Amino acid sequence: MEVLRLDRVTVSFRGRRVLDDVSLTVDQNQFIGVLGPNGAGKTTLMRAILGLIPPDAGKISVLGQSGLRGNPDIGYMPQVRSAGTGQRLCGRDFVAIAHGGHRWGWPRLDKRQWQEIDRALELVDARELARRPLMELSGGQRQRLLLAQALIGSPRLLLLDEPLISLDPRHQHGVIELVRQVSKQLGITVLFSAHELNPLLPAIDQVLYLGHGQLALGTVDEVIQPEVLSRLYGAPIDVVRHNGRIFVMSGEVDVEKEEHYHDV
Amino acid sequence: MFEYDFMQHALIAGGIVALLAGVVGYFLVLRGQTFAGHALSHVGFAGATGAVLIGLSPMGGLIAVTLAGGMAMGYFGDRLQGSDIAIGSVLSLSLGVGMLFLHFYTSYATQATALLFGNVLGVGTDTLWWLGIMALVSLVVLACLARPLLFISLQPELAEAKGVSLRLVSMLFLAIVALATAASVQIVGVLLVFTLMVGPGATAQKLTVRLGPGILLAALIALAETWLGIALAYFTDWPTSFWITALSATAYMLASLQASRNT
Ligand SMILES: Nc1ncnc2c1ncn2[C@@H]1O[C@H](COP(=O)(O)OP(=O)(O)OP(=O)(O)O)[C@@H](O)[C@H]1O
Ligand SMILES: [Mg+2]
Repeated sequence: MEVLRLDRVTVSFRGRRVLDDVSLTVDQNQFIGVLGPNGAGKTTLMRAILGLIPPDAGKISVLGQSGLRGNPDIGYMPQVRSAGTGQRLCGRDFVAIAHGGHRWGWPRLDKRQWQEIDRALELVDARELARRPLMELSGGQRQRLLLAQALIGSPRLLLLDEPLISLDPRHQHGVIELVRQVSKQLGITVLFSAHELNPLLPAIDQVLYLGHGQLALGTVDEVIQPEVLSRLYGAPIDVVRHNGRIFVMSGEVDVEKEEHYHDV
Repeated sequence: MFEYDFMQHALIAGGIVALLAGVVGYFLVLRGQTFAGHALSHVGFAGATGAVLIGLSPMGGLIAVTLAGGMAMGYFGDRLQGSDIAIGSVLSLSLGVGMLFLHFYTSYATQATALLFGNVLGVGTDTLWWLGIMALVSLVVLACLARPLLFISLQPELAEAKGVSLRLVSMLFLAIVALATAASVQIVGVLLVFTLMVGPGATAQKLTVRLGPGILLAALIALAETWLGIALAYFTDWPTSFWITALSATAYMLASLQASRNT
């Protein structure tokens, strides 16, 4: 079944096109790695899918519905995470504020709703963790709570914007494995943006690579090809495979490693 | 002490305001917006003295100006972040302008002290009614607003994605803060609003990590501090505002000690 469809979509900021006439369709139960250099439009794509950025042209539909902000079928973990406020609150209450948080009223949950929260926490193995205040949790532990929060309301499409940020390789692996398990268990489609392809390789079904206003969607073997990536980077790209790892090179430079310098 | 009208009034007014300030303050602390309460009270001072000058009630002027200020802060929202100096200048200017207004007014000193440091022992029946209505309206609106307010405070991007209007919710909340501020001015005055609004909320958040119990605790702490402060003022003849600030600071320090011992 089709979960997401982009039909000749253009999104621009002040005349600069971040997505330029792109189309794609995504089926259910797919774990998709979303890649591309800084500024390629990964976040913009997700925000457009959420209805937060209206496209200049084209149509985005999620499970047949389009132009709907606040679609309950979409779960979202934003990239810019506001740390600082509410740090003294325990994780469980933090996760729970997302349950019906868009409705007016006093934040009271009934027993069934609390069970839903606890089930989400269990899925990410954070029941114990969630008793502690946020400020006492590590980056990876917080990430698990954020994932639980994104899962509330039984979404059919999960948009995770850079869930690996600030995690060491071991925890990166943990989060990827966790997301894969949860998504397969619930049969949801996941768009998972990241800066490195290799950690995702064992988990993902498809890659969505963005660059220069264009995108390419397909299996790793289909997308991670010199011709495809050269078009997306607007520069000649080599793809080097070594020991089951893939390196995307521009001349002598590994473009993924290169980006990290810009990140810091 | 309960036999005097003025004491009865003080305890009722103090109780109403404490409950309001405690609950609103909890959210203010949670949102990291404590400065807003402080700022609104200063702006309100100019409003109150301005109203006196043109022959209106200071309470009316206070409420009108804090409300306008609160809505404006909510409207501009993020754009105010990082403009501490601009806000600070507006605060000082408001106090200065307020003093100028008072200068033209004859009973300068009593008015000024009452506004700056509060006058809970001089609350009349009229004011009591006003405070009751303001508290009721604020708490009812807050009860309707609490869910989306918490959502936008803790997860703004996600809240936006779920269809919450960040601007509308923060404007409404700051309007409530404005009313709570105006009410608090009656008890502790413009300069000490921080004590009543921020102290109990911050103390409660040191004592519990749970949301519901935290809000309840903030209200109870504010109530205890206010009533105890009024009683101590009655027995010592020292200013009520002094006692409330002293209790508020002590409670916060004890809670901090307790919190650091637990970790
Ligand atoms: N609100 C905005 N106003 C103007 N330009 C924007 C806005 N948001 C994004 N852009 C621009 O759109 C482009 C895509 O940004 P986006 O955040 O989607 O990139 P990204 O792929 O998520 O990058 P990163 O890897 O750094 O997270 C960038 O050039 C950025 O400057
Ligand atoms: Mg991004």
